[in-house]
Amino acid sequence: MSQTNAISQASVAYFSGDDLARNRDEIAAGKLWRFPGGIHPPERKELANQRPIARMPIPKRLYVPLKQHIGQPGALLVQVGEQVLKGQPLTAPGPNAGLPVHAPTSGVIAAINDHPSAHPSALPVPTIILDTDGEDSWTERQPIADYREHSAAELIAHIAAAGVAGLGGAGFPTAQKLSAQGKLDYLIINGAECEPYIVSDDRLMREHAAGIVRGIRIMQHISGIEQVIIAIEDNKPEAIQAMTDACSGQAGLSVRVIPTKYPSGGERQLIQILTGREVPGNGLPQDIGVLMQNTGTAYAVYRAVIFGEPLLERVITLTGEALSRPGTVWAPLGCGVEDLLEFAGYQGYPKARVIMGGPMMGFTLPRLDVPVIKGSNCILAPARKELPTAGTEMACIRCGACADVCPASLLPQQLYWLARDHDHDGLRDYNLADCIECGACAYVCPSEIPLVHYYRQAKADMREQYIEKQKAEIAKERFEARKARLEREKQEREARHARAAEARKQAQAEREAAAAAAPATDTTDATPAAKKPNDRIAAAVARAKAKKAAQAAESSPEPQPEQAPMSKDDRVKAAVARAKAKKAAQAAESSPEPQPEQAPMSKDDRVKAAIARAKAKKAAQAKALQASENSEGKVSNKPESLPDSSNSAQAADPAPEATPGEPSPSRNKQGSDQ
Amino acid sequence: MSFISGLLIGIAALAILALLSGVLLGFAAVRFRVEKDPVVEQIDSLLPQTQCGQCGYPGCRPYAEAIANGDDINKCPPGGQATIDQLADLMGREAKPLDGAHGVEEVKKVAYIREDECIGCTKCIQACPVDAILGATKQMHTVIADECTGCDLCVEPCPVDCIDMIALQQGPERWKWDLEQIPVTNVSESPTELATEVKS
Amino acid sequence: MSFYIASSPHAHQRRTTSDLMRIVALAMIPGIIAQWYFFGWGVMLQIILAVATAYAAEALCLQARERSSIQGLRDNTALVTALLLAVSIPPLAPWWVIVIGVAFSIVVVKHLYGGVGQNLFNPAMAGYVVLLISFPVQMTSWLPPVDLTGNNISLFESIHLMLFQYTSQGYSVEQMRMVDTGALFDAVVMATPLDHIRSDLSQGLTLSESLQAPIFGGIAGLGWQWVNLAYLAGGLILLQQKVIQWHIPVSILVALAVFAGLGSAIAPDTLPGLDIHLLSGATMIGAFFIATDPVSAATSNRGRLIYGVLIALLIYVIRSFGGYPDAVAFAVLLANLCVPIIDKYTKPVTYGHGKGRSKTAGGGH
Ligand code: SF4
Ligand code: SF4
Ligand code: SF4
Ligand code: SF4
Repeated sequence: MSQTNAISQASVAYFSGDDLARNRDEIAAGKLWRFPGGIHPPERKELANQRPIARMPIPKRLYVPLKQHIGQPGALLVQVGEQVLKGQPLTAPGPNAGLPVHAPTSGVIAAINDHPSAHPSALPVPTIILDTDGEDSWTERQPIADYREHSAAELIAHIAAAGVAGLGGAGFPTAQKLSAQGKLDYLIINGAECEPYIVSDDRLMREHAAGIVRGIRIMQHISGIEQVIIAIEDNKPEAIQAMTDACSGQAGLSVRVIPTKYPSGGERQLIQILTGREVPGNGLPQDIGVLMQNTGTAYAVYRAVIFGEPLLERVITLTGEALSRPGTVWAPLGCGVEDLLEFAGYQGYPKARVIMGGPMMGFTLPRLDVPVIKGSNCILAPARKELPTAGTEMACIRCGACADVCPASLLPQQLYWLARDHDHDGLRDYNLADCIECGACAYVCPSEIPLVHYYRQAKADMREQYIEKQKAEIAKERFEARKARLEREKQEREARHARAAEARKQAQAEREAAAAAAPATDTTDATPAAKKPNDRIAAAVARAKAKKAAQAAESSPEPQPEQAPMSKDDRVKAAVARAKAKKAAQAAESSPEPQPEQAPMSKDDRVKAAIARAKAKKAAQAKALQASENSEGKVSNKPESLPDSSNSAQAADPAPEATPGEPSPSRNKQGSDQ
Repeated sequence: MSFISGLLIGIAALAILALLSGVLLGFAAVRFRVEKDPVVEQIDSLLPQTQCGQCGYPGCRPYAEAIANGDDINKCPPGGQATIDQLADLMGREAKPLDGAHGVEEVKKVAYIREDECIGCTKCIQACPVDAILGATKQMHTVIADECTGCDLCVEPCPVDCIDMIALQQGPERWKWDLEQIPVTNVSESPTELATEVKS
Repeated sequence: MSFYIASSPHAHQRRTTSDLMRIVALAMIPGIIAQWYFFGWGVMLQIILAVATAYAAEALCLQARERSSIQGLRDNTALVTALLLAVSIPPLAPWWVIVIGVAFSIVVVKHLYGGVGQNLFNPAMAGYVVLLISFPVQMTSWLPPVDLTGNNISLFESIHLMLFQYTSQGYSVEQMRMVDTGALFDAVVMATPLDHIRSDLSQGLTLSESLQAPIFGGIAGLGWQWVNLAYLAGGLILLQQKVIQWHIPVSILVALAVFAGLGSAIAPDTLPGLDIHLLSGATMIGAFFIATDPVSAATSNRGRLIYGVLIALLIYVIRSFGGYPDAVAFAVLLANLCVPIIDKYTKPVTYGHGKGRSKTAGGGH
């Protein structure tokens, strides 16, 4: 077929050429597939979707967590007390495509500390606390009026700098998703919003259809995908109408109305409905030629590119019968749930539930000062009787209802038995990892077993065990390496002792000879000596040189260190050798008492030393050998009466040389130094 | 007579049957043999490799060897019950509770050296079984937190007691869905002290 | 203020195990009424005894296993077990038969295997088989349907019979089973239709001759056909209420019909046709109420189909060639044994682990 090009064939490898062509024809004809299972919980969308998206007054205080997406947070760019403007970046982009966060409005940084997170555990995470000034004054924006004149890479960088992450829930960095390699078949815009109660995307599509479509166009421009499918569940006729109108006359855009069934909005399920393709078990949608974005994300991309606005706010559904004014609202990121609830007229009651997210996949909040983040889409405050809590857990009767509704075709009851037995191998066999935690199984279970909770705990346990296992592996390696090192060192020490004894005799003779002869020996470098420490002659040369240096050093008015067991002679020799090797050691020599005061190294030197140390540590066996020899000299702290050879060895190799004399900053310290 | 011959036939039939199944089993054992690591390796891979010596052996591997030779499987406090269960599984033995004589299972910890108190004696370096401490004579020492197994061995040798074992901070990423342990955190002047009502 | 913490989902379908079991029990009512109508008060008395025994045994077991008995009793599973066993045994069987049967079902088959959800076998059927083997006489002494005897045994007489096996006038159960066949004085002991066919065939009669007997007044035996139809109605209620899935009953009935049709086409003189198979004995109650017991049935839809066909095959084979006239209990128990294997081989393919294409749903929009 004409459209079957080589690249996309590779991307959907398990389709043979004809199959792929047929599949594409079917998709083009608007065919819908079905995913197994699924449920029809009461939708309750009417509660919040009646009124337009509201704007709330700017809250007095915002809590902006440094990390609001999947990936790593970036470094802080602001300090406590600093005045920031709306849209100003607060953190730098993180490593590995991590996103920055921005000031949602103007104000003063009140504090930067740990604050409860928008996470089921509410464990505190590093958070910037911003006292708003109510001015809402913008920093300078950088709109890209005509995005077509920019390359995909530029636009991706722009979107990443704007901090756009998937607004559907998981918070995957959008830029990273858009930069997927290879030519893809379809861009799917997820407007299914299958979870009961939530209407954020519904309202957004009704009110900002044109913006969403422009966002889609931008994403098409970036990714080069020609076909776009916008999927909306059939319980949102207004949104369908608005999107159809906005798409009419636009090539490549089609709105698909899909039957309402939970969880049709799950990424994998929606792909299955629209294309009949299944994302491979440990693969990504890209592998089958599909890219999926949420409608809210499309709108955020539009704002970011056309207006240069970073992602500062999002639509949040405030719903539930405990609210007197349910609806949707543009909430600044970092806005406390308290403020949102107050805006919606929350009537609390003891032991209330406040759920972030929907009734199927959301999590209860233990406290109300957690902020909304990029991935939050709903605050649900049910009245006392509204969403009955699960009754007492009863025994599983193996009715199979859970398996009938599982959209991933798992066997939830088996997983449940296995999870209770902590049988991790069994759980792997039954593909626990493919559970999307949609909660359909627990919804139907007549014995009211909190199945998903068991799975989550099992997953966490397995992850923990995996991490522990990795750590144990490393620890074992290091332990073995240490044992090998100790053994080697022991042998070396013995060899050295033997050598040293011999060398001492020689030295005795030579010193006498040298004293007789004129001492004007030239100062050839010590490297050959270091390279061949066995070489007696080289050792002698080095010693002679050291002695000469020592004589010179003796004349300098240095305080005499009280390092008891060393002979004065040797000590000074050692000092001088070190002085030769590096410029900054005198001071260290001058304060031999155990004092907390550290060597007055420059910051630069310390960093360098740390780096050198790290390098040395990581280097291969050969180098490690040398390094350990050095540290042995230090560690054993013995009156090594012949430091010459070891000192000249140090002089030969500056990198490990830097190691023993330096203070070794802690990791954190090193980090802040750099 | 007929009784005797019947008996003989029965015995003969049984003997042949036994022989046949024996041959079959033997064949199956040879044909379908599963190649496995030596048992010491397997045990060792289950032990936590903390190398703390609390089990009474100088490291995990010696203990693994001891288990293979019949020692009890409940002597490793860092591994705790989870490890005991896995060992019981592997060895086909009864899972017992941890032997209190060797210590109790504790939360994961790492060593932390109070750096301004460190005198640079290097004693801790010599004690650390996994070389997780960096430092040199008369210089400040520090622990590589990621490599530290939390074995506690460096604490005792320190002449100025500047090493603390601090519990590992648990972030949301490694939270184990323990709804009963959602902490009530007291953070920056948040006035409402929220107790948690728990229902699992 | 304190908040309530729970794991998602926060919404639940409000139909618990006890609700399900209650619906099953209610759906049995049409069948029970039919049995009461045709076989008299005995059925009701057996039910009362069975339920009382079941709850007592359940409570004792829960106590012994240190479980909350309130919660355990509320799940209604014991109720269903008791009902199934009570309607399966002859209405005038002595009182201790049902007590032993139910106690065995609950104590041994259910609780010794680990309680609800852990039992390998269907408790009611295991109890039934134990009774059948232990007390073959009492367990096969079915009364003929009222239409045939014309004598309606009163409630009082039923109690008397159950307690002492004699009526207050001194008639034994055996005598109560006598039916005037119309052939002058010679009265015969009445059996169930399936019994009847079996014994006639063994005496060298052909099937059509056997079917001349008065008990085959209707399609498949007087009384029995109506009882079966009543259970069919109850089963349809279960389906409509989505308490059971269609797979097991449909596969049993279809497979049984196919086997019976084939059989009677091959050997019309010795193998009864599908009318007899579908509407006699415990076919309907078996298909809708017994085989669908969730605990001991297969769990995936494909597995359920296989499970149903297996039961149908066993029913047919045992009824046609085995030593017992009816076979539902044996068939279900044998199929229970195969469930682990069926489940193992019908494990559905997890999303993303198949070949990548999913089933087609008819057309778009
Ligand atoms: S729905 Fe619940 S009771 Fe039924 S099989 Fe699944 S876990 Fe067991
Ligand atoms: S939560 Fe997991 S096991 Fe349960 S229905 Fe959803 S995908 Fe299946
Ligand atoms: S107690 Fe455990 S961790 Fe410590 S050395 Fe023994 S086996 Fe290793
Ligand atoms: S740093 Fe201390 S606690 Fe950590 S592994 Fe080394 S000796 Fe053990």
